[in-house]
Amino acid sequence: MVHLNMNGHPSYQPKNAFMQWLERRLPIAGLVYSAFIVYPTPRNLNYWWTFGGILTFMLAVQIVTGVVLAMHYMPHVDHAFDSVEHIMRDVNYGWLLRYLHANGGSMFFLAAYIHMFRGMYYGSYKEPREVLWILGVILLLLMIVTGFMGYVLPWGQMSYWAATVITNLFSAIPLVGESVVTWLWGGYAVGNPTLNRFYALHYLLPFVIAAVVVLHVWALHVAGQNNPDGIEPQTEDDTVAFTPYATIKDAFLMMVFCILFAWFVFYVPNFLGHPDNYIPANPAVTPMHIVPEWYYLPFYAILRAIPNKLLGVVALVASIFVLTLLPWLDTSKVRSARYRPLYRQFFWVFVVVCIGLGWLGSKPPEGNYVLFARIFTIYYFAFFFVILPVLGKVEKTKLLPKSISQAVLREGMPIGTPAPPPAGMHRA
Amino acid sequence: MSSAEPTRRDFIYIATGAAAAVGTAGALWPIIAQMNPDASTIAMGAPIEVDLTPIAEGQVIKVFWRSKPIFINHRSKKQIEDAQNVDVAKLPDPQADSARVKPGHEQWQVLIAICTHLGCIPLADQGPYDGYFCPCHGSIYDTSGRIRQGPAPLNLALPPYEFLSDTKVRIG
Repeated sequence: MVHLNMNGHPSYQPKNAFMQWLERRLPIAGLVYSAFIVYPTPRNLNYWWTFGGILTFMLAVQIVTGVVLAMHYMPHVDHAFDSVEHIMRDVNYGWLLRYLHANGGSMFFLAAYIHMFRGMYYGSYKEPREVLWILGVILLLLMIVTGFMGYVLPWGQMSYWAATVITNLFSAIPLVGESVVTWLWGGYAVGNPTLNRFYALHYLLPFVIAAVVVLHVWALHVAGQNNPDGIEPQTEDDTVAFTPYATIKDAFLMMVFCILFAWFVFYVPNFLGHPDNYIPANPAVTPMHIVPEWYYLPFYAILRAIPNKLLGVVALVASIFVLTLLPWLDTSKVRSARYRPLYRQFFWVFVVVCIGLGWLGSKPPEGNYVLFARIFTIYYFAFFFVILPVLGKVEKTKLLPKSISQAVLREGMPIGTPAPPPAGMHRA
Repeated sequence: MSSAEPTRRDFIYIATGAAAAVGTAGALWPIIAQMNPDASTIAMGAPIEVDLTPIAEGQVIKVFWRSKPIFINHRSKKQIEDAQNVDVAKLPDPQADSARVKPGHEQWQVLIAICTHLGCIPLADQGPYDGYFCPCHGSIYDTSGRIRQGPAPLNLALPPYEFLSDTKVRIG
């Protein structure tokens, strides 16, 4: 007899005597079993749903490589740069560990952005997944802060001036701005106290990220996964077990992603970095063109698009925080862009605008670059504050399928399998 | 649940809560305050003296005071005139050139070489006003270090300084 738990799927029944003993005392195997083995996932999930797993993997890569790098790194202005070169030249496999960590940061952000665009395309932030989405935005924010502090640690020219420019963002705060910046620095400029505390926090924050990931996954398991059709599973026909179906799909794309990761690490390890960061930090000279890492460029372009210090900083911060409002700004009841022909077009324009802002952020702040950065910034905010609220009211959406199984199955077989369809059967 | 008479438990709640609030605030204060500049950093911020004799007309030198880069600009006659012949009211951060130099020492301009936008070091003798240009985000300053174009909100700041003699200045 199969025992069903509260959620209606089989509960964990260990046969092994030790596991029975443990389960009575700490039901951790049962938790894994119900959350990652029999957990029902919508049967229509596509490969865009594998990036959550990839992100978890990347977090683990960053923590493991980071902890071992910390065993060789010295957070002191006189030694930081040299200790990184020491890692590159002297430490056994140090070059590999550092390139994995540096490029791992880029891969982490790449996966996060794909994960977020997927959530936006398929309406994964909508009721009842608002908290799940907001936890994701918090994770992005933590990643941004952690990545920035990590970039300062090698203490090259870009490290030093990135630290100076980013901490100076706080000087835009009226009245207390300057005091806040001095407090962040622990001195009159970016210096040894700054490097020390950034190191301590760069070590701490990944574990905070891991904790928020637990909340994110918890919220996911409460609401269940969204899916490409954006309709809730209703019967058992609409779902498949997490293992093996989702597990193998996640694992397969993770390996494909690792190929990309490995290509960067082994063939173009410095492609995503900036050559100026191989020049030791010099507080007397600002590099001619300072640019942040590629994953901050869209936000940087928004900052520079606005010809007023305070408003520029406000826009930069707002461009991230607006994401937390997304579940309420999008007024459409239909989740998936598959059934929203107009939203789909505005979405792709939004993607192009984000990539365009990224490109503009890498260009010097002059002439047409600034003009286009302004146009794109306007679209970025209009997408959230004008297009999404209005679209939900005026868009004529397509007819939703009655169920997930109806959308993807025909006569109990997946659509696309060579079986002659009976006359009159149509995919809704 | 409500009762007219405060109970002994109510007293315990309030007393414990008050002690916890004060204790938390007291414990947080050192944790926050430790991030401010420490005693050794402050001690390193003592004034510096700079000899001006080697600085030729038109030359800009950079010195450090409190880890901040300071420009000392030996301005030419033309630069001084450019700085003075400006309609001050039209500037984003209105300030006369005379308020930015010491009387009788108009040729010497001492300013903190930190862009008031986001803290980069501007380049001297650059930009359309032949003053200072910040390469980071394109702020343009004139020969008096006043903001003329770009995202920076304020003129380049002036450090506290005084002339000890015609050829010696103390910054700080």
